[in-house]
Amino acid sequence: MSDCCAPPAAPTVRAAREITIALVGPPNSGKSTLFNRLTGLRQKVANFPGVTVEHHTGRVRVGDADLLLVDLPGIYSLAPRSEDEQVTHDVLAGSMAGVHKPEAILLIMDCTNLGRHLVLAAPILSLGIPTLVILNMVDDLRRRDGEIDPLALAAQLGAPVALISAYTGEGVEQVSAFLEKVAAGKAARKAPVVQLPVLNDIPKCRAWAAQVGHHADYRPPAPPLWTRRLDGVFLHPVIGPLVFVAVVLGVFQTIFSGARPLMDGLQRLVTLSGNWLATVLPDSPLRSLLLEGVWSGVGSVVVFLPQILLLFLFIGVLEDSGYLARAALIADRTMSKFGLQGKSFIPLLSAYACAVPAIMATRTIENKRDRIATILIAPFMTCSARLPVYTLIIAAFIPNKPLLGPLLGGQAVAMLGLYVVGFLAALATARVLKSTILRSGHTPFMLEMPAYRWPTFKSIGLRLIDRSKIFLRRAGTVILTVAVVLWVLAHLPLTNGKAPAIADSLAGTVGRTIEPLIRPLGFNWKIGVGLVSSLAAREVIIGTLGTIYGMEGDAHSVSLQTALHGDLTTGGACALLIFFAFAMQCMSTMAVVRRETGGWKWPAVQFTYMSTLAYVCAFLVNQTVSRL
Amino acid sequence: MQLSFNSDALRLVELRDGETGVLEKMDLPEDVTRRLMELGFLPGHTVTPAHTAPGGDARVFRVDGSEIALRRDTASRLWVRLDPAQSN
Repeated sequence: MSDCCAPPAAPTVRAAREITIALVGPPNSGKSTLFNRLTGLRQKVANFPGVTVEHHTGRVRVGDADLLLVDLPGIYSLAPRSEDEQVTHDVLAGSMAGVHKPEAILLIMDCTNLGRHLVLAAPILSLGIPTLVILNMVDDLRRRDGEIDPLALAAQLGAPVALISAYTGEGVEQVSAFLEKVAAGKAARKAPVVQLPVLNDIPKCRAWAAQVGHHADYRPPAPPLWTRRLDGVFLHPVIGPLVFVAVVLGVFQTIFSGARPLMDGLQRLVTLSGNWLATVLPDSPLRSLLLEGVWSGVGSVVVFLPQILLLFLFIGVLEDSGYLARAALIADRTMSKFGLQGKSFIPLLSAYACAVPAIMATRTIENKRDRIATILIAPFMTCSARLPVYTLIIAAFIPNKPLLGPLLGGQAVAMLGLYVVGFLAALATARVLKSTILRSGHTPFMLEMPAYRWPTFKSIGLRLIDRSKIFLRRAGTVILTVAVVLWVLAHLPLTNGKAPAIADSLAGTVGRTIEPLIRPLGFNWKIGVGLVSSLAAREVIIGTLGTIYGMEGDAHSVSLQTALHGDLTTGGACALLIFFAFAMQCMSTMAVVRRETGGWKWPAVQFTYMSTLAYVCAFLVNQTVSRL
Repeated sequence: MQLSFNSDALRLVELRDGETGVLEKMDLPEDVTRRLMELGFLPGHTVTPAHTAPGGDARVFRVDGSEIALRRDTASRLWVRLDPAQSN
């Protein structure tokens, strides 16, 4: 994913000097909710140069000025220890390349937990940048009978204070008013009444925050009753795990059966539009490239969009509601048996849709070794790109005999078995990694349980749009490139101005060159071409095989399944399934692993390990099945 | 662990449901201690056990207005003094 390579925004004529505003706050302070409310659709994800921390930037229009709002990672302090804190520190100090020093700061905190969140105000205010202190979740504070005097707090801190609810929108106009002042160059810092504490001493900072809160008549709210009631259920020793299992199964069921009609519809759309294109375009090499290369190649991937969006919808709801933290807590004990921790659960669940967002989601894991272990095993989870490959081969080779009544047929069992195999490979690998090269001594697991909230359509909708963009960009770049390159290789060298038979083409030559290597696995040169092309992305093999068999004389009339059935032994088919379960065939994953681990070392280790495992296991499976 | 505490100092894991402890000392590497302090585990603050994850490991503690989950091995390195006023 090349989020970092997005072209810089074109400079507008009016904005000779772009005004940058930083949005800072602790985790769980409602920062993203406010950011979404202020910027709406005018936002994008980006990476700071040289670091792996992802951030959102968005544009806010106040009066006739256009401000750039930078959403910084959630932090508890400014002491640059973790990468998140380093990034925030550098941006605020103006030493981050590519970001102007902010002219103002929006410091957001949860006023139902003011004592602890106010600690961050000390280092932020000491920077001397005009700052608006935003006390979020005021609706919650009132409902739970808490109190705060914003004017007294403003006097104490020497900075304006806004009481808002980013969730309902209450008070957000105060933020806009502050931004207008900044745009007009009228925002200034006043000297605070209170002396700022010694920043490095957390107990002193906390005592300072308590004193400031006391002078501002802060009355902490009553405990969140509903959250406690819900936790009584979701963290109940018996009901809790049952709910957890039901949630995970429900997510899977919906992803696989609920997405089906949508995917079928999209597939029909791709096919119909392809057919229509075929009738309007004149017969030429260009038409062949467009239809066989671009349309079928890219189309076969775009079809997965509904499934991926549905998964992100679930993850978004679970995350925003606060349940995901509970799920991580419940999963922690099981994960710890494999040397991982509860926070690895979320990325691994996401990896069932796609390893790329899963690997980005490992950022919440603070322990570096745990994080790398999670990144390394995530691609073993059966991602949605493997699904079409599994579906094709299983349909062609596994008889659908009822095994356990009419509900569970042989094909369903085969599919389930492949999911289990991938999962076991992931756990075994984690175990090995964590007891060898990624052994970590004391792994502190600290996880804040946020109060439960209703997720908002806006925040989840924005996230889905974000994910669709990333996915479609990948379909439009990586997969498009592979489809075109493959088509060219399958049509060269020209003899007398005519494309060769596929076996004599460059692609065929590649396949036959590697044939001796893959022969022991039960694969012929055609599968070889498919394997090479699927190094870019797993699902590409289907388009490739379609091209290869489609180009072989009368195979046009035979469906791909039948063609495969006649061309592969059962042993070879089983070996192919296992190969796809284990092999690392995804350029996007490699790219994101490189970005997240900061070098080529881990992607290289991962690629070598997964390919070797895939080869050895496919070999064993082929040899075993062919001797049965 | 030096034995410089009062005899009634006990490990956080030893707190029973319904009891409240006052945090005395953390016996952990400095970066972990700092992170815990940022989450509210400050000496002198009260800590109350809440829910426990199934299987008994990873327990949620109420501290400084939030609920934070810790594993047993971390919680066994935090020392508290029983707070009779708030325990029931």
